[in-house]
Amino acid sequence: MKVFSFAFLIGVLAATSISHAADITGTITLIGTPPAEVPITPIMSDATCGPLYQETPTTHFYVVGPKGEFGDVVVSLKDANGNAIAGKSTGANAAPAVLDQKGCLYTPQILAIQTGQKLIVKNSDPCVHNVHIISQAGNAEHNDVQMPNGPDLQYTFDKPEMFLKFQCDVHKWMYAWVSLFNNPYFAISGQDGKFVIKDVPPGKYTIVADHRKLGEEKQSVEVADKDVTVNFTFHVK
Amino acid sequence: MNNIEINRPLRWFAALTAVATFFLLAAGGLVTSNEAGMSVPDWPNSYGYNMFLFPPSKWIGGIFYEHTHRLWASGVGLMTTILAVWLWWKDSRKWMKWLGVAAFLLVVAQGVLGGLRVVLNMDNLGAVHGVVGQSFFVLMCAIALFTTEFWRKMTTEGKLNIPASLRVLVLTATALMFFQLILGATMRAQHAGLSINTFPSAYGKLWPDTSAAAITQYNAHRMDITNENPITAFQVILQMIHRIVALTIFGVVVLCAVQAWRKLGKSDVLTKFALFWLGLIVIQIGLGAATILTNKAADVATVHLLGGALSLVTGALWCIIAFARSAERPATQTESFGAFGTLAANK
Repeated sequence: MKVFSFAFLIGVLAATSISHAADITGTITLIGTPPAEVPITPIMSDATCGPLYQETPTTHFYVVGPKGEFGDVVVSLKDANGNAIAGKSTGANAAPAVLDQKGCLYTPQILAIQTGQKLIVKNSDPCVHNVHIISQAGNAEHNDVQMPNGPDLQYTFDKPEMFLKFQCDVHKWMYAWVSLFNNPYFAISGQDGKFVIKDVPPGKYTIVADHRKLGEEKQSVEVADKDVTVNFTFHVK
Repeated sequence: MNNIEINRPLRWFAALTAVATFFLLAAGGLVTSNEAGMSVPDWPNSYGYNMFLFPPSKWIGGIFYEHTHRLWASGVGLMTTILAVWLWWKDSRKWMKWLGVAAFLLVVAQGVLGGLRVVLNMDNLGAVHGVVGQSFFVLMCAIALFTTEFWRKMTTEGKLNIPASLRVLVLTATALMFFQLILGATMRAQHAGLSINTFPSAYGKLWPDTSAAAITQYNAHRMDITNENPITAFQVILQMIHRIVALTIFGVVVLCAVQAWRKLGKSDVLTKFALFWLGLIVIQIGLGAATILTNKAADVATVHLLGGALSLVTGALWCIIAFARSAERPATQTESFGAFGTLAANK
């Protein structure tokens, strides 16, 4: 009976704890007109990649909606002093993330995962790619061949890093940027500019928005037991 | 009297090896310009195949540049080995025998450097590989020069003193070019595209703003399709130094040409050489500008690299000829090198 009571108490405490976690939601907006995206012309003259397209694809540095909704921005939390939140990774138990090589492009180009989380890299193309991972933060570097219809490649990374670079040296226009966090408190804004960081424990934080081209914006935020809204505005001159 | 005997086929083979090295520089330049250095991830194999059996059907995209570079490098390695053996066997000059050995060792070291750049995945080794490659080209051109009839005649004629001031001036310009080569190789090894994409101004200014805010704005407007890294203030400053050194080289080479004209006369071979050098520098500056204005188009950037190599080798050969001509000519069977010392012909 005592054991049952103790387990019940733990359950209630856990439930209470979960109920205190809140979501941080928000919208990212871009003010100003970004530079025009560039047609990836070499893709059309590639014997294998060219036939996959009717029209020349373009770069996607700026994913912007008609009202300035700004996508592909990595939003993450740091502590109140602006230091990384370390030691909170649940990556080992998280579902694997997937990075595909499709149409001789990386899909998605901007991705965020946790340290210790499995990243599966696929090759859906009818040609060879090399998955070349270049770290600036001491993560293991890789340069692995992936044949058409070859087996998926799997990676995990142990150090947090913003925009870990993935590239294919066979096709010089192919790249992706994977951000790594030591905690699960991050999100990437969608094409509508919106993001949600789920289940944030109560406390004071610095919330940071990073764009590959426009750099970093940050704000302070306090999370209690209700959802919080934080919006960001980027400017391009 | 000098008794150098140079085997005519050996002379042609030395020249051919130097030309092959020039094309090897072109192949290497195309690898970096096309960001293809790591497109074949293994070495000395290529995708698990023996390098020489790698099927041409798999030479796609960046692999084409990297693999052909490796094959061409193997050919130059073989030619250098043959040349070293040939020099040892047929050239009567002891120092030439050892120069052949030095070339052999350098080409082996360069091949290993290229392989390690891939295996260790180190961009900085790529810069060293580039610098050693051009130094090897200078050595091969020098060897070719030493086997020519021109060299034989020059070293058997009486001493013709080249003013020390002129020799120092040319040596300075050549040293500056070597420094410029190191700068250029370092810039290319950053894999950051153009850190300044305007010319002749630098982002509209004589000296660009390198504040963090300015760098963010520069990066915001860079829209290259290649796998560029964001630029940094260091890279902007690096390109500015490259531009300043280019102008300095131009100024020093103009002085060299003027001095040569005045002191040696317009018909002297070194005066003609200096004018040719000046022409090369002008073209090279134009190619540098074209590299920026074409947003570092791979072929233009590679021709710029080759222009640099030709400029460097022209300066180096000018120095060698000038110092050799100024050397004392002992009556014995020796061949003198002025500042490089006097070595026995050793027949």
